[in-house]
Amino acid sequence: MASPTAKPKAKFVGRSVTRLEDRPLLMGRGRFAADISFAQQLHMRIVRSNFAHGRLRSVDASAALATPGVYAVWTAADVADIPPIDFRLSRIEGLEPYRQRLFATHFVRYVGEPVAAVFANDPYLAEDAAELVILDVEELPSVLSANEPPGEFEPGRSTEPAIVRKGYGDVDAAFRTAHAIVAATLSIGRHSGVPLETRGAIARYDAARDVLELHGAAKVPHWNRDQIARMLGRPSASVQLYEGHVGGGFGIRGEIYPEDVLTCAAALRMRRPVKWIEDRREHLIAANHSRQQQHRVRAAVDRNGRILALEDQIFYDQGAYMRTHAATVPDLAAAMLPGPYRIPAYRASAHIRLTNKTPCGTYRAPGRFESTFVRERLLDAIAAKLDLDGVEVRRRNLIAEHEMPYARGLETLGTDIVLDSGDYAKLLDRALEAVEWPRLRETLAARRAAGELVGAGVALFVEKSGLGPSDLVKVGVNADGMVEVVSGSASVGQGMETVIAQICADALGVDYRKIRVTHGQTDLIEFGMGAFASRVTVMTGEATRIAASAVKAKAIEVAAELLQTSAALLDVVDGEVVRTDTASGPSVGLGAIARALTPGSKLRHGRAPGLSAEGWFHSNHMNYPYGVHIAVTRVDPDTGAVEIERYLVAYDVGKAVNPMLIEGQIVGGCAQGIGGTLLEEFLYDDRGEPLSVTFADYLMPTVREMPAVEVIISEDAPSPLNPMGLKGAGEGGANAVGAAIAAAIDDALGEPNAVTELPVTPLRVKRLMRQAAKQRNSKQPNIS
Amino acid sequence: MSERSEIKLTVNGRTYAVHVEPRRTLVDAIREDCGQTGTHIGCEHGVCGACTVLVDGAPVRSCLMFAVQAQGKEIRTVESLANGDELNTLQRAFMEHHGLQCGFCTPGFLMLVTGVLEREPDIGDEDLVDILSSNLCRCTGYQNIVKAVRAAAAELRLRRTA
Repeated sequence: MASPTAKPKAKFVGRSVTRLEDRPLLMGRGRFAADISFAQQLHMRIVRSNFAHGRLRSVDASAALATPGVYAVWTAADVADIPPIDFRLSRIEGLEPYRQRLFATHFVRYVGEPVAAVFANDPYLAEDAAELVILDVEELPSVLSANEPPGEFEPGRSTEPAIVRKGYGDVDAAFRTAHAIVAATLSIGRHSGVPLETRGAIARYDAARDVLELHGAAKVPHWNRDQIARMLGRPSASVQLYEGHVGGGFGIRGEIYPEDVLTCAAALRMRRPVKWIEDRREHLIAANHSRQQQHRVRAAVDRNGRILALEDQIFYDQGAYMRTHAATVPDLAAAMLPGPYRIPAYRASAHIRLTNKTPCGTYRAPGRFESTFVRERLLDAIAAKLDLDGVEVRRRNLIAEHEMPYARGLETLGTDIVLDSGDYAKLLDRALEAVEWPRLRETLAARRAAGELVGAGVALFVEKSGLGPSDLVKVGVNADGMVEVVSGSASVGQGMETVIAQICADALGVDYRKIRVTHGQTDLIEFGMGAFASRVTVMTGEATRIAASAVKAKAIEVAAELLQTSAALLDVVDGEVVRTDTASGPSVGLGAIARALTPGSKLRHGRAPGLSAEGWFHSNHMNYPYGVHIAVTRVDPDTGAVEIERYLVAYDVGKAVNPMLIEGQIVGGCAQGIGGTLLEEFLYDDRGEPLSVTFADYLMPTVREMPAVEVIISEDAPSPLNPMGLKGAGEGGANAVGAAIAAAIDDALGEPNAVTELPVTPLRVKRLMRQAAKQRNSKQPNIS
Repeated sequence: MSERSEIKLTVNGRTYAVHVEPRRTLVDAIREDCGQTGTHIGCEHGVCGACTVLVDGAPVRSCLMFAVQAQGKEIRTVESLANGDELNTLQRAFMEHHGLQCGFCTPGFLMLVTGVLEREPDIGDEDLVDILSSNLCRCTGYQNIVKAVRAAAAELRLRRTA
């Protein structure tokens, strides 16, 4: 017999139900940023720097201003009172002077930097007029590499604002006494999320209510609301952000950029709605780039390949300014580098360096795509150096299940890294079994012997998810029995409405299709942290469960009165409160209970009006999903192209709310990882002119480049940090792709340590093949 | 810039009289002048395919065509697919196979596939993948798009022969 205190039966959690989000999106009824328009709106077009670095002598807007239909042209002087955009995460000392202002003031520092804005009645006209704005720039030498010694940002300030240092243990002693030292220099290329929807912002000032509205918000609406209010000197209650549909997030979309604040400031001052929709070229040079870093890493190992100490120097190419993420990416790279391995002593220093390129921020698995590539390359190098099997070296170093929770002695994003749960070796076994690893190796060896360039690679990683500290969710039942969930979280297309509805459905006892999930509206809920760091399912999910459980308890309490029975005999099933001790008998619907709780209802009996409740969930620690990637690749000896013949991702998410959506996250992340590993790179010429400014230059995977990705979702290690055991699933698909494919290419070429740089484009593969041929002659490995 | 002229565009069976410059792209005219915002703009240079619509039955990048060039032709967009609130076979297959995440590229894929399956209902799986490689999706990794399209094609074939 069930009682209200018993664990609710899972009817929806754990099932691959179809998404609540899909219908409007399939019918052309979505509301993306460009779909939003207001009467009398002005269209903003940004005039951008054409120089990577220069002194901005003057801006001549007279011809643009003389164009009929142009309402105004703004330059730095018009917004001199607005402070630079502040940091959202990972603020560290020394970075403030490097924040970006809305417009370039005395210097331009990257091609694409906003210098002026044209406001006109029509977007075509605004674009025409923007071309008439003349920038007088005296070109200065550019800093284009973070691997060279720092240069000058402005007089008295170097291009290295800070170094992030992390570590523990006696690294020097370990290196002194090591059996061997294995070192490598490894680089990750500059690429980014590049969502299919470009950025957009539509600001409107409602003078009647004295409210500034920003439509087209994404990711972190509440934080952005507070920042915009602060920057424009307004109370935050007079600024509201509205999230519509968001055409992909991936870390980059939804951070505050100059353009967002410009539309707001212009709408306020011009008293007309202002719409800005980015074009693709702008997106590729102005929205956050990511990833570019070089690691000079070394490991001290014993004779069995056990790691005694790890040391890494990271040179992080931030681009021209410090944006909202501040030190987040290099901090995560340094903090997460140890991965799933026992590293007795560790020291990392991440040099944040500015260059005259587009500024950087986070991109799906920020810092981890990079550090997993570095760590797993190093593990392969250790194996090669000691003539051991790569998988065996990994096994010897893995943290064991009985060591959990495992305190790393490192911190990131304001939390201590304590690996909460995991059986890494078990998942590795499961992944290897799935591909029949020994047989696969034999088959590949036979094919290589027959002249094919084929190989396999394995990479392990630890992800992080569920960043707190808090989330708030409100759940209410309307008089018609429909359930509303309001959250300050956000949707970037990942399916959060469905997942949250599934959790609410089970906790409350209703069908998930009877639930409407609202998010990203700052005027509907006072607190929200948005969608990033794979936090939504964990944090918003748990807050939802708590709120829905409270609603259920209240419904049962009221129903017990209405049905004149004991609450202990009642449960909520399909939206009806029913007796659990008898198959038939009286029942009462949640809608009727909601009606009994209206303010004027005589049945309320002093209870707070409404069948509704709030749920807060707090968490001081992140939790740590983990996974294994296995790649099988074939290198074309003539073109150097890499074909992925097979790809497997095994990922432990603690508890899978909707396996179909998790698999979607993993495969989609994997595609992005493949892009960054083989295809995508923002290139510059030697004057800092960007060369990757269209989708013909910046190559993203099409269906032709994608292998059939095999996915294993495991639930071996529920998180002990939340009652449902949830861990996030957003980033594990991307995390280890660079590492696994690099190892597979090495194997295909028969040359350990060959791949040291991502992306592995056909040109680079051809170079590796030539080097490999040369090294076979001279026996000089490039990793010693 | 240059003079606007009045043209008639037929979108999903309804004719719109629109006043456009010669340089106005078809996608802007569909979205802004005809109010059909289901068709999306992803790159404006014909690579991503988010703006794919059918013009006289053939899939077309509506960012690469001028509105004036579409005069007198039948334009179909994603808004034409459902029957009222009832999803068609292809739309339902995308839902059942989780062939969309953010949904921004989805209308382009739906129209691309609609055009192809109408012309070549017996198209083979490999050719279908070739066709699908003309559009970009950044969320799904394509796996479920391929599954959805194959399922829809099979269902439509079955219905035709039944």
